[in-house]
Amino acid sequence: MSDPTQNAQPKPGEVQTTGHAWDGDLQEYNNPLPRWWLWCFYGTVLFSVLYWIYYPSWPVGESWLKGVGTVDYTITDKQTNQVKEQEFRWNTRSLLAADLSEAANNEKRKAMLAQVKAASFDQIVKDRHMMDFVRSVGKGLFGDNCAACHGSGGQGVVGLYPNLTDDDWLWGGAMDQIHQTLVQGRKGYMPAFGAVLKPEQLDDVAEYVLTLSGEAKPSEASARGKEIFHGPIGGCYYCHGADAKGVPSQGAANLTDKIWAIADVPTQKTLQDKKAVVKGFVTKGVNNTRIMPAWKGRLNDDDIKLLAVYVHQLGGAK
Amino acid sequence: MRHEHIETNSGLMILLILAVISIGGLVEIVPLFYINDTIEKVEGVRPNTPLEVRGRDLYLREGCYLCHSQQIRPFRDEWLRYGHYSLAAESQYDHPFQWGSKRTGPDLARLGGKYSNQWHVQHLIAPRSVVPQSIMPNYPWLLTTKLDYSDVADRMRALRATGVPYSLTQAEYEANVKKFGQTVADQLDISQAEANLLKEARDKNFDGIAGQVTEMEALVAYLQSLGTMVNFGQYNDDAFVKFR
Ligand code: HEC
Ligand code: HEC
Ligand code: HEC
Repeated sequence: MSDPTQNAQPKPGEVQTTGHAWDGDLQEYNNPLPRWWLWCFYGTVLFSVLYWIYYPSWPVGESWLKGVGTVDYTITDKQTNQVKEQEFRWNTRSLLAADLSEAANNEKRKAMLAQVKAASFDQIVKDRHMMDFVRSVGKGLFGDNCAACHGSGGQGVVGLYPNLTDDDWLWGGAMDQIHQTLVQGRKGYMPAFGAVLKPEQLDDVAEYVLTLSGEAKPSEASARGKEIFHGPIGGCYYCHGADAKGVPSQGAANLTDKIWAIADVPTQKTLQDKKAVVKGFVTKGVNNTRIMPAWKGRLNDDDIKLLAVYVHQLGGAK
Repeated sequence: MRHEHIETNSGLMILLILAVISIGGLVEIVPLFYINDTIEKVEGVRPNTPLEVRGRDLYLREGCYLCHSQQIRPFRDEWLRYGHYSLAAESQYDHPFQWGSKRTGPDLARLGGKYSNQWHVQHLIAPRSVVPQSIMPNYPWLLTTKLDYSDVADRMRALRATGVPYSLTQAEYEANVKKFGQTVADQLDISQAEANLLKEARDKNFDGIAGQVTEMEALVAYLQSLGTMVNFGQYNDDAFVKFR
């Protein structure tokens, strides 16, 4: 090992020290910064001044230096529906406006959207290009707004949120019915029959409901149930229809098919369990628990139209 | 003052370091307090109702902010996913604000009205029953714990001390009527806090259990209010660029 004190002592005239001395004899070399480094530093100082001039910067009184930089964007006036060109000073919000109008002005997208806007539902379904557009945009919209309830693929949750991929609709599967569902929202309502019918009557009507879809064979009980269903005591036909195929204006389910939206019949093994599930549902009914939010106001009209077509093509198109 | 003097006197050095490092904060934050346009001029923003106040407290207690932000930034992807970017005006009565910085789950700033009450209840009890891939914890106790609202008036008094216009006197009440209208002003009246809380719970029944006020009731009331106060439909999309 070499003697450290030997290196610590600079040879006179070789490297300058700062002249400070600590603890008696501890000194510091004075190594000036390289010139190129210093110029870079002055360069950054100059850059910051230009930065202040271009971008919003220093606060001044009740306002601030707003900068000379500007951003161009186009905007649709919500009152007059006119598209205006705007120039505004640079800030993150005007930058967003520019970003949004760039996307809106993307020629391909703009042309597609205009086409979809002008087209009727029938025309959209028949046009392959428009449908491709609907699928790509619709998937994103559905994921952000609908998937939390209806599932990412629209498969729903039995009892809570209807499956949108099957050919069974509460409120109707025609495109304008779906559109209506999205615009104004829906609220499922069926009275609780537990207070109206006796337990035996509930048994009978449940048995009858199961015969409608072939789950149970007609019996004496189901014959009694039929009278309740189609008579004044139950009045089920009033909402579900005389053919029990459902009435879309009431959001009432089709009871003649094998698809169940709420009463979880298919997973029950025995007839007894199936009956219990139907009876349980009819006893409680639906009130204020099955609510489809309204999307008008939250989503714009174009997005709602796209979504209606998207949902329509998810399920068997009706 | 000599350099050596500072370097050899650590107390003085600490003070001077504090002074230097606070410059950044002072320059960036303090001017916002007196710049006119910090808080956008916009209609509709009101302080929370008593029920929402309790809901917000539960949001803090359960640490929802650790996974959820409440601030939509002015970027295109956020605009498309969540809606209009958040305004400073929208959190002017929010103390402490819930902007957050961690998004394990989605931003909640425009949550109100997006889902039904029933969905919220289901999702909070068991998130995976509605969103199978969810990693959000279950909060089943919210539905089984009765809401403690005995101190809601005190909580509003505390918020009032931070500048939220909950009213104690007739003059303050009348000022609120002028500013927010009669219906809102009634909700801001501290002397009516408990009655208002119970009435809102009864009328809207957020938890779906009639005749009972659970913690779920308050939390869902709060969640359903998020981002709904300003009607953005009446403003053009660039209405707020001039405030920045
Ligand atoms: C809060 C949960 C929730 C969200 C979010 C939601 N829905 Fe629904 N939706 C429901 C419920 C519940 C029903 C059933 C209403 C009923 O019982 O009549 C429903 C019904 C529907 C129907 C009618 C189904 C039928 O059989 O007639 C359609 C179509 C639909 N939703 C589409 C959508 C679309 C598209 C979105 C996204 C923009 C969406 N929903 C978002 C809960 C939701
Ligand atoms: C006021 C109208 C109304 C009346 C009356 C009514 N229902 Fe319903 N029913 C509905 C609606 C609406 C639904 C769907 C609920 C929903 O979507 O939220 C439904 C659903 C059902 C279902 C579940 C179907 C499924 O797919 O899961 C069954 C079963 C049923 N009703 C049976 C009956 C019986 C039996 C009666 C008579 C005792 C009856 N309903 C009377 C409106 C009614
Ligand atoms: C560990 C992190 C975590 C915590 C803590 C947490 N969440 Fe979540 N949250 C998530 C994730 C991840 C999602 C997305 C999946 C889902 O919808 O469940 C989510 C989704 C949500 C949504 C649906 C948002 C939307 O727009 O779809 C709501 C509402 C919500 N959380 C509320 C809450 C509330 C209220 C609390 C506190 C009681 C809370 N979360 C606590 C992670 C969390």
